[in-house]
Amino acid sequence: MNIDVSFLVNGVAVNKSVEPQALLGPFLREELRLTGTHIGCDTTQCGCCTVLIDGDAVKSCTMLVVQAESRSITTIEGLAEDGQIHPVQQAFHEHHGLQCGFCTPGFIMSITELVTKYDDLSESRIRELVEGNICRCTGYHNIVQATRAAAAALKASGVSLSTTGGE
Amino acid sequence: MYGFEYERPTTLKDVEDLLFADADSRILAGGMSLLPAMKLHLARPSMLIDLSGLAELKGISVGPASVTIGAMTRHADVAQSLAVRNAIPALAELASGIGDRQVRNRGTIGGSVANSDPAACYPAALLGLGASIRTNRRIIAADMFFLGLFETALEMGEFIVAIEFPCPMDGAYEKFHHPASRFALVGVFVTRPTLGGVRVAVTGAGPFAFRAAALERALDSNFTAVAAEAVKIEPSGLNSDLHGDAEYRAALIPVLAARAVRRILTANPSFAKGSNYV
Repeated sequence: MNIDVSFLVNGVAVNKSVEPQALLGPFLREELRLTGTHIGCDTTQCGCCTVLIDGDAVKSCTMLVVQAESRSITTIEGLAEDGQIHPVQQAFHEHHGLQCGFCTPGFIMSITELVTKYDDLSESRIRELVEGNICRCTGYHNIVQATRAAAAALKASGVSLSTTGGE
Repeated sequence: MYGFEYERPTTLKDVEDLLFADADSRILAGGMSLLPAMKLHLARPSMLIDLSGLAELKGISVGPASVTIGAMTRHADVAQSLAVRNAIPALAELASGIGDRQVRNRGTIGGSVANSDPAACYPAALLGLGASIRTNRRIIAADMFFLGLFETALEMGEFIVAIEFPCPMDGAYEKFHHPASRFALVGVFVTRPTLGGVRVAVTGAGPFAFRAAALERALDSNFTAVAAEAVKIEPSGLNSDLHGDAEYRAALIPVLAARAVRRILTANPSFAKGSNYV
């Protein structure tokens, strides 16, 4: 039996009727035609399908559409504001944080959470914290450099970090 | 994925009624184990009962001698909780090492514990700290909870509401990661409780998490890394797979226990000062 869902995607209200087994990643791509979210492994490992749910990075291949009820979803298509790409996108561009580009939307969404919620992003901590995203081209070096640059850019622009944790 | 019915109840009573109404129904917590299993056709529930509508299952409360964590509290919430990090640092550290950041943003303590995956981290914390599992019906001691491979003491219609961890004097968790899945090939949780002897809990090595009595005895008489390393663990009954055979896992247990003891004795918390998230 279909279930009615309603949530925000990139700030736009979406109301749909979906099968309970519909998964968020394929729904974003096939129903909403937001094909920037890629499905890589489809087994919760590679992170290509990462989107933000209320600011938290999650793997959309392993979340039911019905679990997104009343939440706010951000995909790679929703990052740019007023025609300006997001600082994380800018940093990936400047530091060449990609080669083939398939994993890039997932990395950018994952790192967007990282740089807005975490501080003290040393190189080793970045490497530890992006374990949920796999890149088979770059060897990660430029991705780590881009992450550090994005974190520095956000800090310089005065975006305050969330420091309260989960309490 | 096969089709199923989906319900999001808002009272504990409704959860229980739904579990009884359909014997093939399953509870959906964070979905980080159940949904992948369903996608691979390893599980085929007829109904998913999503607990996300029950606010009372979420949250962390810290008492004078214990920390209570609601079943639907995510790994990320436990890892980031300053209260947990102050009261039981090893527990927050364990949570910060489960899966990856995206998985920690969805996966829950109740889901992990109820699943009793042989390589999950939380069961080691429950046994190592001597936790109590509060269900919709009763309180179950961790020592009586993990019964087999993906098998627990939970009965038909029963589900986890919260888990209470007594604060130990000190403790540490050491995990030997499976390099791809980030699950524990072997994980060892060592604590010195405020009451009673040393507790050593092992995950990843056997069909389900267990306490290592030989290590507990050795460390009770001599709480040193050397004493832990000297203990021989019998490999029979331990897991063997292409990632490590039973002998290898048996050998890892005292090694990891010794590392945990060393961390405890040097009071070497792994949390960087000033860092807000782990």
